[in-house]
Amino acid sequence: MNHVKWLIGGLAASAMALAASAGVAQDKTVKMSVVSFLSGPGAGPFGVPGRNGAELIIAAINAGQLPAPYDKPGLAGAMIDVEYVDESGGNTKVVAEYRNMVQKRGADVVVGYVSSGSCAALAPVIDELKKLTVLAVCGTPRIFEESDRTHVFRTMGHATGDNVAAAHYVKEKFPDVKKYVGINQNYAWGQDSWRDFDLGMKALVEGATPSDKVQWPKLFQGQYGTEISALLLDDAQLIHSSFWDGDLESFIFQGTTRGIFQKKKVLMTVAGTAAYRLGKRMPEGIILGARGPYGVLVRDNDSPLNSWFVQAYFDRYGTYPSGPPYQYAQAILGLKAAYDKAGEAAGGFPTQDQVIAAFKGSTFESLAGTVKMALGNGHQAITENGYGITKYDADKGEVTVTDVKFYPAECVLPPAGTDSVSWIEGGMKGAKCN
Amino acid sequence: MQTAITILLDGLVFSSYLFIVSVGLTVIFGVMKILNVTHGSFYAWGAYAAAFLIGVAFDAGWPDWLGFVAIFAAAIAVGLVLGLILERGILRFMYHRDEVLIVLATFGTFLVLEDVILLVFGVDPYFAYQPMMLLGASEIGGVSRDNYSLSLIALALVVALVCWLGLVKTRWGKILRAVIFDREMAESMGINVTMVYIVTFVIGAMLGALGGAYISPTVSVAPGFGIDVIVLSFAVVVIGGMGSIPGAIIGALAVGLSRALAVHEAPQLELFVIYAVMAVVLVFRPEGLFAPAKPRKI
Amino acid sequence: MWRDKTIVGLTIAAVVVVVVSFFLPSWLLNQALFGFARALAVLGLMVLWRTGLVSFGHALYFGGGAYAAALLSRYYEVTDFFVLLLAGMIATTFVGFVLGFIIRRYRDIFFAMLSLAFSMILYGVLVKTEVLGSTDGFAVSSPTFLFYAPEPGDEAKQALFVALVIAGWIAAVLVQMYLNSTLGRLTTAIRDNEIRVEYLGFSAEHAIHVKYVMSAALAGAGGAFMAMSLGQVDPDSMVNWTASGELVFVTILSGPGSVAAPFIGSLLFELLRTYAVEFLPHSWQIIVGATLLIVIFFLPGGVWSLLGRLRRAEG
Repeated sequence: MNHVKWLIGGLAASAMALAASAGVAQDKTVKMSVVSFLSGPGAGPFGVPGRNGAELIIAAINAGQLPAPYDKPGLAGAMIDVEYVDESGGNTKVVAEYRNMVQKRGADVVVGYVSSGSCAALAPVIDELKKLTVLAVCGTPRIFEESDRTHVFRTMGHATGDNVAAAHYVKEKFPDVKKYVGINQNYAWGQDSWRDFDLGMKALVEGATPSDKVQWPKLFQGQYGTEISALLLDDAQLIHSSFWDGDLESFIFQGTTRGIFQKKKVLMTVAGTAAYRLGKRMPEGIILGARGPYGVLVRDNDSPLNSWFVQAYFDRYGTYPSGPPYQYAQAILGLKAAYDKAGEAAGGFPTQDQVIAAFKGSTFESLAGTVKMALGNGHQAITENGYGITKYDADKGEVTVTDVKFYPAECVLPPAGTDSVSWIEGGMKGAKCN
Repeated sequence: MQTAITILLDGLVFSSYLFIVSVGLTVIFGVMKILNVTHGSFYAWGAYAAAFLIGVAFDAGWPDWLGFVAIFAAAIAVGLVLGLILERGILRFMYHRDEVLIVLATFGTFLVLEDVILLVFGVDPYFAYQPMMLLGASEIGGVSRDNYSLSLIALALVVALVCWLGLVKTRWGKILRAVIFDREMAESMGINVTMVYIVTFVIGAMLGALGGAYISPTVSVAPGFGIDVIVLSFAVVVIGGMGSIPGAIIGALAVGLSRALAVHEAPQLELFVIYAVMAVVLVFRPEGLFAPAKPRKI
Repeated sequence: MWRDKTIVGLTIAAVVVVVVSFFLPSWLLNQALFGFARALAVLGLMVLWRTGLVSFGHALYFGGGAYAAALLSRYYEVTDFFVLLLAGMIATTFVGFVLGFIIRRYRDIFFAMLSLAFSMILYGVLVKTEVLGSTDGFAVSSPTFLFYAPEPGDEAKQALFVALVIAGWIAAVLVQMYLNSTLGRLTTAIRDNEIRVEYLGFSAEHAIHVKYVMSAALAGAGGAFMAMSLGQVDPDSMVNWTASGELVFVTILSGPGSVAAPFIGSLLFELLRTYAVEFLPHSWQIIVGATLLIVIFFLPGGVWSLLGRLRRAEG
């Protein structure tokens, strides 16, 4: 038995060595820093799964094991040499640590960041240091709407897509909902999410009015007893929340006991991350989003890339991938597409500027859908976005989603050159929803 | 009316929570004159230990009420272990030093213990919701309440009563009061002050751990769990008067009720009110609302 | 002034540091920027500490100075270094002056707690107010110097560092001269026996008020420098109580021995943290916390006393 294992191991190793030597520049490596929450309340639901997704896809890229079109090993043939960095500790530490990564440890490319706070703080620093950086998860639209960026890319849609899609979904599936309230964390992500949802509802649903008791707890507050009372007392029919991390799970526990999920419709734009973790504790009937075609919403999507990813992730980590593994993997796939394209055009290993030129405005296949770098002068991705309703499948012993509906990217995100707020306020001109 | 009842009840629940987490801090300060930053660590360790034990109990299929036993067992165990290690290993070398320096030593210890949690329990959050689910919910004033939070009020009353009885009615209480009043005199009367300090610190640690352990079923217990609780309990203790148990009750009520009012009526002010109350009390009654007698001032 | 050996030493050190800074790699220059910016605040805390007062709320002034500069930069698009620095200092000096009337009556743990309460009020306001950036804070643009507008990046960092060294030199020299003045010499006397100071005909409260305002101004300047060096302000790393704790930590680490100590201590702290994060990402707080304990137990005079011991051992 052991011998067989050794044999397989040896074969795999020599296959990898072969694959590596077949590359364009086998001695070349790309030093990649992958940043996510490795400690703190964001680590369990977001940071660690995100890192796992990156780890899985990087190992597969280095070994050349991915399905087409990513079946060539490495980034333009160069192996990825990765370090994982912790994002926690506040924006100031994030900025200081980014400088260390780039200037002291000489990273070639940086991938990651979960919190919108980190990304907003970093964007100007990235362009100052002129280092190719791909934001993986963070959602605030402000990054590319506040100014033009040169070295920053973001490979997933921003918060506007989540919340406009949410408004579409509410309009379509729950036409009676007119009055709504929200509980969102008091920082860029929560504020932008609520603003876009509120504007979206007003634009799409006639007679839509928000409550004046919208709650803004501090990030990582953890206890919501008083807030839940205030929400229960409110006469709104629907509660909007963009909670993520440990706060999301704490809110679900505290709310479940007090029946908030039966008494109100609750729409959670990031609830996808909790679906596998909470299992049968996940309340039924939540309007669940995953910030795009990720996690529980696309588990049964049978594209070769997605089938490979879901299976490989399950084999390695013992659970199905939630949103963050998809989003980190997607960022790295986007990079690989850009590196490979630039390498081909350059006829060798590309420079950073060539990679950036290839990345800008590109379109690449991700795990469960196509990503178009359409906004922010070709630096900001758009993807479709959808919602479903949670239901516990007692036979399989897992959470499933019903009534899944995806809206095309061009329906839920503004066209290039327009910022989100004025686009929604102007009645979402140019939205292509069919 | 409905809103008023809800605010009052929310305030009471939060006040009870605050009292439980800060009473240990005030006990330690009262006897030992140490403002103990590691209180946040006791809280976090209590929460982790309880969540871990509850998980074990339910995985093993033991009866549900054992979850509650686990909470108290965790608090006692954490208090004993951490309390003894810190008092014997660090604090006893500090008693002759400046009290502000002792605060810093506890701050350093707190930082160390924060990361030891990561090393022991990992970064994944722990869930121990079972005891909360077990108690169910009830309807008060038209708003659904989880009975577990309501039980916090009862627990706070029990803790307050036990502390008061222990301090006033028992021999130990007399000794403690003697040490609080005048340490040197107590020592010369043959009281073993070292022992009093050890016991006080361990009890304070247990109370801190109990706060975290009891709250753990309602939240996801994650790294960084104890940080906010430190300033929050400082505020409670300072408002009531450092070292006074009735003071901790008053402080908890002041903070709990004003925060509940803010969340319902002016959510933006929620954090501001807590520390504004603290500053106002400090400015007008520096010793707090219920300052214990201070005989020695040379 | 030049008869004071400390001042001569400071001047030589400042010149050397400026010259060396032109040859440092950018990451090290950044660390030095952060370290010296924090050192300004620590210098003020050191003066208070010599009086026997420890503030657990000086993040109020450090963060206050940073936010004053950042708000000007965000809402009025001011980029001039001198305006931003002055704004940070004037804002905090004013707040320190007003609060000083209250806080000068407090000693020991009450002084620490009242400072903490004041700083947490600012924290509560910042975190909950969207125009003030709430939990995110906001970015600060790269500074310009009157008619000289350095390229954002290494050039601006270099210019800022030179300015910071000059500011640090001025601050250290002024504090040194103050400590040698009659009022300054009361510093330790107040710590040792306040009543005796009163009998000598000096008002201890007045002396404490002066030191408090001084420390507020220094912390404000440090905060403004920090905002400009980082290009970012946020409440959790600049105004929360942990930020105050960090300042006190660096004060203890530096030691009260000399006005030069805060600069050495702060730089050491930055390096300690950077390497702790790099080599033990999950346990960097253990290293920082353990360092604090070791200094308290074995090195009550801070790293400065260590330098003294080395010198004695050599001589």
